[in-house]
Amino acid sequence: MARTRYAPDRGLTVRMTATMFLLGLVFVAFVALLIGIMIAAHASGAAIVLIALIFGGGGAVISLFYSDKIALAAAGAVEVSPQQAPELHGMVDRLCALADMDKPRVAIAPADMPNAFATGRNSKNSVLVVTEGIMRRLEPDELEGVLAHELSHVAHKDVQVMTYASLLAIVAGLLIRFAFYSELFGGGRRSNNQNAFPIILAIMAVSVVVYAISFLLIRLLSRYRELAADRSGALLTGQPSKLASALQKVSTGMARIPTQDLRAAEPLNAFYFVPAMKLTGGDGRSLSALFSTHPSLEKRLEQLAKIQQQLGQAGPPQ
Amino acid sequence: MGFLDTLFGRTKPVQPKLDDLFALPSAAITLQAATGFVPTGSGSVCFRAVEGKTFSDIQAEVRELLNMDAGKPGGGLPVEVTKDSYGYTWLVSSHMSDEMDTLVTDLHAVNSALVDNGFGPQLLCTLVAFRDEQERRLALVYLYKRGTFYPFAPTSGQRRDNALELQVKNVLAEDLKIEQDLAKWFPVWGAPGL
Repeated sequence: MARTRYAPDRGLTVRMTATMFLLGLVFVAFVALLIGIMIAAHASGAAIVLIALIFGGGGAVISLFYSDKIALAAAGAVEVSPQQAPELHGMVDRLCALADMDKPRVAIAPADMPNAFATGRNSKNSVLVVTEGIMRRLEPDELEGVLAHELSHVAHKDVQVMTYASLLAIVAGLLIRFAFYSELFGGGRRSNNQNAFPIILAIMAVSVVVYAISFLLIRLLSRYRELAADRSGALLTGQPSKLASALQKVSTGMARIPTQDLRAAEPLNAFYFVPAMKLTGGDGRSLSALFSTHPSLEKRLEQLAKIQQQLGQAGPPQ
Repeated sequence: MGFLDTLFGRTKPVQPKLDDLFALPSAAITLQAATGFVPTGSGSVCFRAVEGKTFSDIQAEVRELLNMDAGKPGGGLPVEVTKDSYGYTWLVSSHMSDEMDTLVTDLHAVNSALVDNGFGPQLLCTLVAFRDEQERRLALVYLYKRGTFYPFAPTSGQRRDNALELQVKNVLAEDLKIEQDLAKWFPVWGAPGL
């Protein structure tokens, strides 16, 4: 084993494991409760659950397989050839050679909002998108840091991991809606089936709780994966301070841009370099931090400073 | 990357493979016999410098080490250090055309200095330059992370002579581990020493 300066961050791994464990726990509890309800239930309860599973699962699989195309279309991005964008391709080429990974396709979105994202279920089917705004605003070194961050998302298969993690929340969300509508429209038949009302109500209650908990856990997981991508990206280029300055520039740039343009980008939020929409209102900072898909700028800068220190340690590594 | 690494989102920086570099001298002889391309005697190591003084100290040490023999018979010229537009550092070592062995030793000295100090993952590629009688340029590029070579033949502007590259690929198939995935043959336009 070669000596290395690139120590893994055990704390981050532990926190991520705990989050995934909790998500798994919620999942098991949810399934167990649903099975219990369905055993006690008659056809209408079971049918609702089945339909939600099929729609939720099917939707997730489709979005996983077409994530690159969906994201390209949603961002209005166009794939560019090496001849069209030699500098950008050159950067990605070199980073992929450094990391020994397959090169994703490269696309440019004609938006002034400075941002970048990568999506696709694996590295062969991935696409890396940067906006014209980010290319204009950042120095080459800083843009490279951003690209390294996005390539780390690809290497970590974040689209897959987050899709699987969200599956449960999607199904729970659908169940809430289905149960609600079946109450609304099936109300007339309730007198025939005295069982139906409490059962559908139970499914709805369980789903609401599961949805709320898993929503928070998914957001937490997303924040951890952002930190992991920052970390891997900074180690790949060996320039944590360049990524830090890119983050700083981009997030102050984000604040300047009017909200109306940003709302259009909201569906892609979880995969963006910097979230395009800041949650406002509520209990201020703490609440928005809990709901946010990305860690706060301070947290990200703090981690990068730590990496910078690690890389600069004098003397041969252990 | 393993399943657990994916799950936890941790990529381990990839360590370079160094040994295959020593196949270059005999490959150069094969190449000359089959295509008439001769080594120009210059070769370079390309790496992504890490910010901070630790790394620049190591870089200075390597340079000093390589320059110790400069000017002596067989020692070649002093090492040139350049930074390209992508921010990568190139150490260019220049020897006589028939000193392929010493050139490769020089390149290896750079590699092992970085690896010994724990900066092996920063190595990108090494490049050895060739030229034929019509002054066509050719480089053999060694990808550290994959341990494979590929030919790169730039012509005027940002164009490359793909026919020549494929020809060289076939000629050297026996001598070198050639990168089979053509998508990884990325161009190194304006590489120093080419």
